[in-house]
Amino acid sequence: MARWWRRLFFFAVALFLAAPIVVVAAVSLNRQKTLTFPPHGLSLAWYGDVFADPEWRSALFASLLIAVSAAALAVATAFPLAWFNWRRKSRLGRVFQVLATTPFILPPVISALGFLSFWATIGVYGAPWTVVVSHAMFLVTLPLVTLTLGFASLDREIVEAATTMGANERLILRTIILPLMLPYILSGYAFVFVLSLNEYIVAYMVVGFTVETLPIKIFNSLRYGYTPTMAGVTVLFAAAAAAVFTLVARFGDLPRLLGAWAGRD
Amino acid sequence: MKRQSPGRAADYLPLAFPAAMLTLFFVVPFGTMVAVSFFRRVQGSFYEPAFVLDNYARFLSIFFGSVLGFSILLAAMVALICVSVGLPFTYLLSRLPRRLQVGWLVGLLAILSLSEVIIGFAWSTLFSRTAGISNLFAELGLLSAPVSLTPGFGAVLTGMVYQAFPYTVLVLYAPVARLDPSLAEAARTLGASPMRAFFNLIVPTLRNAIVATVILVFVFALGSYLLPQILGRPQHWTLSVLITDQAIYQSNLPFAAAMAIFLVLVSLALVGLALLLVRRAAV
Repeated sequence: MARWWRRLFFFAVALFLAAPIVVVAAVSLNRQKTLTFPPHGLSLAWYGDVFADPEWRSALFASLLIAVSAAALAVATAFPLAWFNWRRKSRLGRVFQVLATTPFILPPVISALGFLSFWATIGVYGAPWTVVVSHAMFLVTLPLVTLTLGFASLDREIVEAATTMGANERLILRTIILPLMLPYILSGYAFVFVLSLNEYIVAYMVVGFTVETLPIKIFNSLRYGYTPTMAGVTVLFAAAAAAVFTLVARFGDLPRLLGAWAGRD
Repeated sequence: MKRQSPGRAADYLPLAFPAAMLTLFFVVPFGTMVAVSFFRRVQGSFYEPAFVLDNYARFLSIFFGSVLGFSILLAAMVALICVSVGLPFTYLLSRLPRRLQVGWLVGLLAILSLSEVIIGFAWSTLFSRTAGISNLFAELGLLSAPVSLTPGFGAVLTGMVYQAFPYTVLVLYAPVARLDPSLAEAARTLGASPMRAFFNLIVPTLRNAIVATVILVFVFALGSYLLPQILGRPQHWTLSVLITDQAIYQSNLPFAAAMAIFLVLVSLALVGLALLLVRRAAV
């Protein structure tokens, strides 16, 4: 009895979470340019549009380029910080650790407005690279969290042994720390990549009038009514996010990354 | 090897790049925003440096008060719904076999990362007259004809719960997964039903974590800015929407900045409270 209730509960939650995506996926298959469910006639043409239509394609490429670079910059910022805090006990290090977690906790509109006023004040408002820096700072929390967890699992004695045997810091970093931290670097990168791809408000406030990212493009076209291409993009995005996190789960320990103890099966 | 305090200046070298990035591109922008909130707006251009409190004085208007009240009410409803469903869900999730757990976590992360634009679009489709759930209700005879359920308060609330639910579960996941499983077992051995064990044992044990989660989800929901626009009417606009609107469409950056500072103070105070509770729970 209790088991059935539990299954029903899981099913209800799954239904709630999946329903919008399923309906959009079904709608995206409509042959005509209409918003109907169940779909009339099946066609995958609208998916082709995402790549064939020059406007959607350029939005897709802009988003990908921003996400790839922002994720790299975020990891490059987070890694030395996490490494420093693992090795050193320093108040300054703690301050920057806390500072790097604030943008993620505060409502995003605040960071967005901060970036907007900053770029406008120094006179580069609208330059495409500003959104890369903004996204990297806005999302730096994620690689910092994964890397801090990663370092916490790193055995200090390995480093000590290497030092005793005469390895210098650079060698230790290259041959021990980087390889062992790779899964955490990659998962941090993946988190920033996916979230940057989907991010709207920061991109909109910083470069909304000069660069059209995919979320901005979807919102702009929503105002002029429905096009099936949006539905296609939505499904592609959901699928891409699921694929990236599946990879993270495959190569890392997802429950551990999310804060549960390791090895408790 | 112990963690050492940095002795020489060279020890600080790894900190240089992250410190420079965070200072230049996060602390300085934030400071700029604080400064702008005291500037004077100039019609036709952005703003001019000044020290005026006009932007803050506008908070005292009835319009601002009602938007603030609505934002708080909406975020509170979202937080309460999400935590009351999310807590039993997370508890049951943490007891599933590991493979299933990972599957759920992947799905939750994927939905959490979905753009607000996409969530808004998906729900507006689901609530539309031509492709929405009302068709299903009409088929079943619950409705005489399909209706459009958006824009409306219910649509905004549903969309925001959808957006915040994965966040809720992921915030709760760590404390719930770390619960000692022998606690529930002991309760079962002593004859408590699973329901009773959950309410009389698990919930009190996690009390601080639960309150902290309610607060974090509340702050998360305060940040929603597109769903009220896509799924609601102008009377359903929240403070976040108003800030965007003032900054972009009304070109009133000083007023937008003042509202943002206000939102920061409210959020920081609440998050600080949440952290305090978590720390107390950890001791």
